[in-house]
Amino acid sequence: MTLNASITVKRGDEFTLEMSIRVEEGKTAALLGPNGAGKSTAVAALAGLLPIDQGRIVLGGRVLDDPDAGVFVPPDERGIGVVFQDYLLFGHLTVSENVAFGLRSQKKGRDAAEVKASAWLERLGLSQLSKSKARDLSGGQAQKVAVARALIIDPGLLLLDEPMAALDATTRVEVRRDLADHLSEFAGPRLLITHDPTEAFLLADEINVIEEGRITQVGSADDIRLRPRTRYVADLAGSNLLTGIASSGAVTVGTHVLQVGDTAIGGSVLATIHPRAISVHRQHPEGSPRNVWKTTIVRIEHFGDRVRVQTGDPLPLAVEVTPAAVDALRLKGDSEIWLSVKATEIGVEPG
Amino acid sequence: MSRAQSSHGPSRPPIAFVVLAAIAVVFFLLPLIGLLARTPWSDLVSLLASEVVADALVLSAIASFAAVTISTVVGVPLAWVLARVDFRGRALVRGLVLLPLVLPPVVGGAALLFALGRRGVVGEPLYEATGLVLPFSIWGVVIAVTFVSMPFLVLTVEGALRNVDVRFEGAAASLGAGGWTVFRRVTLPMIGPSLAAGMVLTWARAIGEFGATVTFAGNLAGETQTLPLAVFVALETNRDTATALSLLMVAISLTVLVLLRDRWLRPQ
Amino acid sequence: MAASTLRYGRLRVVSAVAVIGFLLTSCGGSSDASDEVRVSAASSLSLAFAALGSAFEALNPGVDVVLNIGGSSLLREQILEGAPVDVYASASTDTMAPIVDGGLSDGNATVFVRGFLAIAVPAGNPAHVTGLDDFGNEELLIGLCDVVVPCGAYARQVMSRAGVEPAVDTNEPNVRSLLTKIEAGELDAGIVYMTDVRSASGGVEGIEIPDAVNVAADYPIAVIVEGPNTVGGRAFVDFVMSGVGQEILAGFGFVTP
Repeated sequence: MTLNASITVKRGDEFTLEMSIRVEEGKTAALLGPNGAGKSTAVAALAGLLPIDQGRIVLGGRVLDDPDAGVFVPPDERGIGVVFQDYLLFGHLTVSENVAFGLRSQKKGRDAAEVKASAWLERLGLSQLSKSKARDLSGGQAQKVAVARALIIDPGLLLLDEPMAALDATTRVEVRRDLADHLSEFAGPRLLITHDPTEAFLLADEINVIEEGRITQVGSADDIRLRPRTRYVADLAGSNLLTGIASSGAVTVGTHVLQVGDTAIGGSVLATIHPRAISVHRQHPEGSPRNVWKTTIVRIEHFGDRVRVQTGDPLPLAVEVTPAAVDALRLKGDSEIWLSVKATEIGVEPG
Repeated sequence: MSRAQSSHGPSRPPIAFVVLAAIAVVFFLLPLIGLLARTPWSDLVSLLASEVVADALVLSAIASFAAVTISTVVGVPLAWVLARVDFRGRALVRGLVLLPLVLPPVVGGAALLFALGRRGVVGEPLYEATGLVLPFSIWGVVIAVTFVSMPFLVLTVEGALRNVDVRFEGAAASLGAGGWTVFRRVTLPMIGPSLAAGMVLTWARAIGEFGATVTFAGNLAGETQTLPLAVFVALETNRDTATALSLLMVAISLTVLVLLRDRWLRPQ
Repeated sequence: MAASTLRYGRLRVVSAVAVIGFLLTSCGGSSDASDEVRVSAASSLSLAFAALGSAFEALNPGVDVVLNIGGSSLLREQILEGAPVDVYASASTDTMAPIVDGGLSDGNATVFVRGFLAIAVPAGNPAHVTGLDDFGNEELLIGLCDVVVPCGAYARQVMSRAGVEPAVDTNEPNVRSLLTKIEAGELDAGIVYMTDVRSASGGVEGIEIPDAVNVAADYPIAVIVEGPNTVGGRAFVDFVMSGVGQEILAGFGFVTP
């Protein structure tokens, strides 16, 4: 089953969403963009809560919306599972009733629905909460229930609208890992809507960047991170994200070892380095930054008053410098340079 | 809004508010005190133990609950249409719903007579076809009190529907729920407290209705004489009976309203 | 900060109380009592008393007759509860009795006119009512005033004199609402005052009740001693009893006692 959507939606005079997206069976695509870019409109159009003005939405060969052909499948007949922003659990129903809601709506018997719902809750480790009211759940629990509620109807497509936005930072790391598991268990196409590049990089196979109602870049996490095509992508998606193994204040990324400020953390981690936290030198720098290494410039890109330098082995990174620095250091492709970054500038979290 | 937050609101209300609120309370309290002062306590039981009072009580109960039922069955869909469907003339329909609140009840009753009476625009063909005469029957009472009380239900429920986060309805639809299921399992529970409040207001208006009832349905003990009509008639002859009947109405209404406010309408 | 808030609050209270006080005084006693006569008159007298009032005002420049029209019993209750009224004109001596007995009237009440009853039917008389005998017909929709208001009590006297047990479908709280239902054709017949039939516009027809069974309704009038303008009230009652006053009343179908 593949999602193929080409969507034009006009909202008043000011805003038009005009985008195409394709998500293959078993793949997770991200729709990454800032607030107001049209992400929620896209969710509503795909879920059938908002008819499109032009274009065509096809899921697994079935046309869901095609205004030219006069086709519009209402939301309750689309078979699209949606994990909504804020989850939108039905607060007056129990956790179990929330999960069983889709099956009950399809006139599956109450007993069958409850059996299936309790199996889902068991898998999620929420069995003991099945009789609680949904309004009493914590953010992390609510997200799990929302995922179960969407997946129990065996949807042809799973839409996740900002599934982490309602969680606090600590819960987010843990929940993200569980979500990755659930995504991989769902066989159909998955579409993750988010404003958080880290989330998109970690969960999606392909990232579609959306700005002001238009898709501005499509590619893998590396494509987006290392070769941003717009100022927004460079700004927001630009943070260097590395996975490695931590041990007593050092993180090993591939063959390279980075000294980090956090000495307590261990095991598999995510390290983030902001492009502006990295200094570029022509010679080995004086002083005592803990991380200093030699590399070559792969590419130089200009974004208005900023310049992004893409470096090569041993640690491909994006580095941001000023145009004045480019002139002063006479930076160009293939230049050999030295990079330095303070240990405290490297963020580390369990990953 | 959590309980903790609301208890941390402004702890001292403005003095002017307290004084004006007290004036309002006294304004509501005084007539009740007047009623209690004139109540013939020793004769109360004998005054109320008459067939006329029992008949009026039963009729008022039937008519007021019928009004709530009919108002709910047709008023909730009307409120839904007014809140959710954008159609030409919606403002006009909403104004029409408000009409019974604005019209003096006696005029409303006369208008019902001109429409549904034996010689009325609709009543005449109805009478010729079926022989059914709505005035001077319990049907007339139910129609009159429903006409006057239904606006309370429609307005309350429409307001509640406008405040419902429609995204929850979208969520239910995405899970395969059709329009009726969405309404029954998601929308209705969400507007539950407001619906209950609207039903109570409707009932309260219906139980006290006089003008439209006497004009449209007439006044015959045991047939169309509700409690307010009995009070009015009693006021012409025996003020003690009138006072006793009024006290009975106050007692019934306060019981229902206070109980319901506490049980059903406590904010979630 | 707290002090200024408090002062602000107090100012508001003072102004609110001032406004309420102003409203009370302006409602209660703005006009000079001597140029206003307040007359509570039974519903069936409304047209006749409007005419009497105008005539009285014409004869006494600067004097205002203020009419308070309602059911006789309701008006009586108002006076018993201390309503500031100068004259009370009732549709029955029974209704007047508590006022006189309670010492609220200036001396005894005087019967100033008499009214007779008539059968009222909708225009065209669709049910072909011919007389009082038809009131016993269960098939017809019959309305009377409630027994507790004068027109209802008189109607029942007529019925018992005629030996008819009325098959009543509604006991209306006053003549006006009984007439409304007859005019609308919802009732086939009812018993009202002859004056009502005469003053009603085309929607109602009258059928005479034989003198032998008809009832004379005595209309008493009294000056209320606690009224704000008893002098004006007495002048108005004198005018009603005068030749001119009686002539005006006769024009509305009332009979001099």
